Amino acid sequence: MSTDTAQDTLDSTPAREEESRGSELTLDQVSKSFGDFHAVKPLDLTVPAGEFFALLGPSGCGKTTTLRMVAGLEKPTGGHIRIGGTEVTALPPFKRPVNTVFQSYALFPHMSVKENVAFGLRRRKVRNWKAQADEFLDLVELGHLADRKPAQLSGGQQQRVALARALVNQPEILLLDEPLGALDMKLRRQMQSELKRIQTEVGLTFIHVTHDQEEAMTMADTVAVMNAGRIEQMGAPEDLYDLPRTAFVANFLGRSNLMSGTVTGTGSGADGLLEVETSGHRLLLDASRAVSTTGDVLLGVRPEKIALRPAGTRAGGQPVVVGTSGVVNEVDGTVTDVSFTGVSTEYRVDVPGLGELGVFAQNRDGTRIRPGDPVELTWDPARAFGLDGAEDAAAGEGAA
Amino acid sequence: MSSQTRQRSQTSPSTSVRPDSGGARFGRILGRWAIPVLGGLAFVYLLVPIVYIFVFSFNQPARTNLTWRGFTWENWQNPCGAPGVCESVQRSLQIGLTATAIALVLGTLLAYGLARYAFRFRDAAGFLIFLPLATPEVVLGASLLALFLNVGMQLGFWSVVLAHVMFCMSFVVVTIRSRVATLDPRLEEAGRDLYGSPFQVFLRVTLPQLVPGILAAGLLSFAMSFDDFIITNFNSGTLETFPKFVYVAAARGIPAEANVIGSAMFLIALLVVVVMQIVSWQRRRRLMSAR
Amino acid sequence: MSAGTETRALARVAQAQAASPQPGEGGSRRRRKTNAVTEPEGRRGKAGYGLVSPGLIYLLLFFILPVFTLLATSLYVKPPGADVGQFAPALEFGNYAVVLGGYWTELLRSFWFALLATVLCLVIGYPMAYLIAVRLRGHAFLQGLLLVLLIAPFFTSFVLRTQAWKQILADQGFVVQTLKTLNLMPDGASLTTTSVAVVAGLTYNFLPFMVLPIYANLQGLDSRLLEAGQDLYANGVTTFRTVTFPMSMPGVLAGTLLTFIPASGDFVNAAILGNNRNTTMIGQVIESKFMRVLDYPGAAALSFILMVAILILVTLYVRRFGTRDLV
Repeated sequence: MSTDTAQDTLDSTPAREEESRGSELTLDQVSKSFGDFHAVKPLDLTVPAGEFFALLGPSGCGKTTTLRMVAGLEKPTGGHIRIGGTEVTALPPFKRPVNTVFQSYALFPHMSVKENVAFGLRRRKVRNWKAQADEFLDLVELGHLADRKPAQLSGGQQQRVALARALVNQPEILLLDEPLGALDMKLRRQMQSELKRIQTEVGLTFIHVTHDQEEAMTMADTVAVMNAGRIEQMGAPEDLYDLPRTAFVANFLGRSNLMSGTVTGTGSGADGLLEVETSGHRLLLDASRAVSTTGDVLLGVRPEKIALRPAGTRAGGQPVVVGTSGVVNEVDGTVTDVSFTGVSTEYRVDVPGLGELGVFAQNRDGTRIRPGDPVELTWDPARAFGLDGAEDAAAGEGAA
Repeated sequence: MSSQTRQRSQTSPSTSVRPDSGGARFGRILGRWAIPVLGGLAFVYLLVPIVYIFVFSFNQPARTNLTWRGFTWENWQNPCGAPGVCESVQRSLQIGLTATAIALVLGTLLAYGLARYAFRFRDAAGFLIFLPLATPEVVLGASLLALFLNVGMQLGFWSVVLAHVMFCMSFVVVTIRSRVATLDPRLEEAGRDLYGSPFQVFLRVTLPQLVPGILAAGLLSFAMSFDDFIITNFNSGTLETFPKFVYVAAARGIPAEANVIGSAMFLIALLVVVVMQIVSWQRRRRLMSAR
Repeated sequence: MSAGTETRALARVAQAQAASPQPGEGGSRRRRKTNAVTEPEGRRGKAGYGLVSPGLIYLLLFFILPVFTLLATSLYVKPPGADVGQFAPALEFGNYAVVLGGYWTELLRSFWFALLATVLCLVIGYPMAYLIAVRLRGHAFLQGLLLVLLIAPFFTSFVLRTQAWKQILADQGFVVQTLKTLNLMPDGASLTTTSVAVVAGLTYNFLPFMVLPIYANLQGLDSRLLEAGQDLYANGVTTFRTVTFPMSMPGVLAGTLLTFIPASGDFVNAAILGNNRNTTMIGQVIESKFMRVLDYPGAAALSFILMVAILILVTLYVRRFGTRDLV
């Protein structure tokens, strides 16, 4: 293939985007059990056509099983799967308009790169399989390695071959099973933007399974956090991060300080504020950001949403944080641990009654705070969130 | 123990602290040389009769081949000189190839099915395949003969092939099954995901990867069949295979031509295995260097 | 024994290897269940039955059915006035008493010879396996060469090799003549037609059976364990006794079984190298009853006794030294 035709094919890719060949995926009460073990509990899910959708969760949460059921590699115990409105639940994998980029790639070791890419085309008896395979090898910039065997490629190159091998079939939905898991950090970042570029270029529906929350948030339009066989919460990455609805999401997606307390009334003066009594402290919380507005609650606040300053500085100056509602939460504590990470500093602050809170502070000025120093913490009630008080405050911590 | 290990023991505190007495030095020398010397002697023991067979394949012909009379190329130039030798070799080759072909087909399918599909009798089936391997050959031969006699089957080429397929197949299954177990099931899933029907996936993804295992199983299955005497002796009737020819000829003196055949088989086997090793070694090196 | 049985050793080695890394069956099965999310269980379906049934039916027809025919034949009786080799179906359990009474010495001798050969194979074979698997680690070419030399004799007819031993050790042969010239052997004595020759022949023929499984086992042995043993002030012998040998027990177990089972049923070594009333093994009796005397019920009964005796001995042995207790 000459360079001209390679250029043509690259030019032609945006045209595909307009067609938007991606399809909508619908899961209707889909479940899967292995013996007594319920890997996936009845699940309803709709992924709009052309979306980059991430299924995020710790290992064993059922995300891979869900993906395998969409691919047809696993038969659901119950429920229906529809692709673009067509029922596919009973179809074997080779009859579904779906292709997969497998974990650790699953490239055929006895075939060359080109034969790998052409495999699906040849099974479907596509006449110009040679040209199409070349075209997609160029799309992933591996045209010059077409005759190599997979064992002769680096991890990143193998990953691209796996991608080309799936994309060349122009599936309606592309499934990615931890596609970047085997790559090192640097390559992973590079491939993340690469994948995102390709997805915009080909306009397919991507369903990406990962346990890496950063990866999911960077790439996906919508993230569904899965835990123990069910989806805990779903939404745009920013929304999930800003307003987690369960302790698991709060802890698994980023970090959170969760304090248990009881709602004692609406806040004094301002409307829409809840007053939460937590072992001696009276803290405020935006009622619209709470899962329940009565009884026991878990009050949560992200570490970077807390402002920290040396004790006593307020007396001489202005309050540093003035909440959107005009009020702030204030507590006093003592620094127990400081870790400097360059752009920011991570503090652990012991607050009597509340326990240890984590605080992230940008290193904007030269303030040096050391362990043992008394400090004041403030945060905006409109940046905090409230969860069901019956939940385990440690759920999802360290699970990845 | 690798040379690395030995170096480590020399520099480790145990040797530097303890006084290096004469006894300890003797012990270390013994420890270093005992294994290579004993192992080497054992290999000599293993190869003595082969060398003997090879040397006596050049012996000048006479009624028997017991004493050395002088060197000649004659036996190698005309290995079919003794009556019956080449006929028996040809028959053994035919039986070996037929039995191996059948055992490979049945065994590969069985091994693949057992490794990849779940069904109720899987453990029992595994035990059934293992049993012939744990039964003395006399019993295998005798029980098959009992069956053939009871159903009135004519003893000959096919009764021998049937018997050989039985024990070759168990071997093929065990070899290939362990190889199927090492295959990544994701490769087959990728094949199905890429529009391959189950049959196409087996043919184009699974089978090519099993080829080294199938080759090895086939080679050894052939060797087993070619060299089997005990089971063949029970089930061949008047049919004469090469091992049977040698066993019967032993009474009146084995002709030097039989030594030629035995030596040639050894050399061919040696050559085949060495070539296979070199090929795989080169392929590995090429893969390493291209990376 | 034959290359047939010899190469079957390889199969058993392969199986031992496949089975050995798992600590216990119960554990691995449970693990598989929880791993179901990422590692699919075997597929279910008619295709599976289609793949396995031809082979399994073959084994049922030509292994299980013959064993039952053998059992039935062992109970046949000779009707009055019947020709040689003619028998009628019956349930004559007395056949077993008759052959046991007549051949218990041969049966015991077979097990005794097989036991001696097994012990000798272990003593000779362990250094060979250790040499290839541990000492030559990293020297791929030498390892390969020795492995080939271990396996290649399978391709020379084993009858021919056993016959070669007979001629090497014959009275007019070089070895006996030299020993007699040096006065290391009395004039009238010979090496062949003795129990020593039969046991030596068995040892020779079954040696690869012992070496291959031990080799397979030692090959997987982590050399860091040996280094750790030495680092903890154990000398070579102590390291071997406390680390290497116990770790290689599964290989030793497989090797001893692979040597003992076929050796106890062998008749070729006894026939070629012994050929003497005091060296007769049970395999010879079965062969001659089946092939020459045409006493089918007697031969079948002896075969069955041999099979059951081996099964009992092997079960006891595995119970006592089973890998599960040792690893």
